[in-house]
Amino acid sequence: MIKIAIASGKGGTGKTFVATNIFQSLVRNQIDAVLVDCDAEAPNAVAFFETKQISTIEVTQLVPVINTVACTFCGKCHEYCNYNAIFILPPMKIINVIEDLCHGCGACSVACTFNAITEKPVSLGMINLYSNNGRPSIIEARMNIGVMSPVPAIKAAIKQINNEAEIAILDSPPGTSCPFIQTVSVSDYVILVTEPTPFGLSDLKQSVDTLNTIEKPYGVIINRAGIGNMEVYNWLKENNIVLLMEIPFDEEIARIYSEGRILTEENSNYRGQFLDLAKKIYQTEN
Amino acid sequence: MTQIAVISGKGGTGKSSISAAFATLNGQVVLADCDVDAANLYLLFNPTHEEEIVYIAGHKAVVNHDLCTGCGICESYCRFDAISVIDGRVVISSITCDGCFLCSRVCPENAIKMVQNDKSRMYSGSFRNGKMVYGRLAPGEENSGKLVNMVREKAKETAAKNGLDTIILDGPPGIGCPVISAITGVDKVVIVTEPTISGLHDMQRTIEIVQKFNLPEFIIINKYDLNSSMSKQIEEWCNQNEIAVAGKLPFDRQMTEAMVQSKSITEFNPDLDISNKIEIIWKKILNLKK
Repeated sequence: MIKIAIASGKGGTGKTFVATNIFQSLVRNQIDAVLVDCDAEAPNAVAFFETKQISTIEVTQLVPVINTVACTFCGKCHEYCNYNAIFILPPMKIINVIEDLCHGCGACSVACTFNAITEKPVSLGMINLYSNNGRPSIIEARMNIGVMSPVPAIKAAIKQINNEAEIAILDSPPGTSCPFIQTVSVSDYVILVTEPTPFGLSDLKQSVDTLNTIEKPYGVIINRAGIGNMEVYNWLKENNIVLLMEIPFDEEIARIYSEGRILTEENSNYRGQFLDLAKKIYQTEN
Repeated sequence: MTQIAVISGKGGTGKSSISAAFATLNGQVVLADCDVDAANLYLLFNPTHEEEIVYIAGHKAVVNHDLCTGCGICESYCRFDAISVIDGRVVISSITCDGCFLCSRVCPENAIKMVQNDKSRMYSGSFRNGKMVYGRLAPGEENSGKLVNMVREKAKETAAKNGLDTIILDGPPGIGCPVISAITGVDKVVIVTEPTISGLHDMQRTIEIVQKFNLPEFIIINKYDLNSSMSKQIEEWCNQNEIAVAGKLPFDRQMTEAMVQSKSITEFNPDLDISNKIEIIWKKILNLKK
């Protein structure tokens, strides 16, 4: 089993486009693949496939419940909480948990010596499993609206990957902070998707910095080639970074994607290219 | 003072390009780049650095192996699966550590220290159309919502000090913590979408979060002519749900050309159809009473 993450610093460069097309090219060639949509804030990969939902797993986190009868308002829980999730006014005998700020670390329960804190689960999101043959082939992390961090949902989705599959394609959230790190850190290889524009290059540099720091192998796909300028190409050359593939800007490709269709189902040339790319990564990294 | 946030749910719909155009249309403004994960507006505006402030993005636990006995108590308390004991040696993953301090508190040997993440920065300065504030989160660091709050506080302070009435906030993608920080307490929210299945889905999720805060919202459908029937579908959905579509913008390659020349589209060529449309939309947004 090898995990390939599809990521980018800048949003909207074509991560989901690349992830869904690689996945579908693998499936068409009878390769046992799993697609994991890790963009829990804005998951969209499932919309590209005709598939059946086979099950749902709730992602929860524990938050404290304070028994104000047993509580002595000593303030130790408040002191232990590094997320300012416990509001306390001892003289007024007021203590409240701000659930939105709680990370569920359990420090307050450890702090309390009066047995005044218990915990209850709250829902953060769902892991939706989809399949056409019984075994989950698409795993979707979907954070509830209003929840602060997608990270617990991402971690839970990654745990659902069946190691018997040969290749897992992880569609990463944009950016270079926690949600991105959670996705790329479990992967064996990262495909960074960028576009040849100043914004694309700036965000690519930041993603590359992060991947170098955590020592992950990666290569770059330039999407919408033909727009913008040559700076991205020059920068890749100067830094000896592999250019894996170029996808030209083409209104027809944009239209196919916009309608929720998969390019490689209609264009065997691209199917071949995506398949070769995945195979090449599989052979080098496995 | 009016604060207008530009957000999108889906990345790459044109938030920053449209924010840049709004910021250069008329009068002096404060422009706050709240996409601290991937700040881009400074590339167009090359602002002066009048102030640089260190942002502490949480903490990470670090073991002192001289004191650690490898008892594993820390591992049993950690709820983020960040600690493992391998051959009697405690290993803490800085990637998974949430910075909650619990391990450092329960360690009987006082062998765990919490170290501040201090590589992120906030900058403020001037650009050709007013003042600019932006944050840059160091690669891999967390708590971007707090950095967004810091950028917004600075933007308000700057606006008050310089007598500027309008703050334009270029938001991050998604619907999580940094987005919530970017829209909390603003006067108006502009949601930029595009005519794709993903654009529609993400816009719907974004509207849900904006409505939780009861904020006036406007939709802009960018690149609408790349798929006119999908644009129509988005418009119809907005009409049914009584959400104002402020306007539609055509796809124009000169949007990228302007970016390459470090200009907003309205600076690059104010006579283009797209520039005119952006100006009309901006007036519409400004004129709506709170």
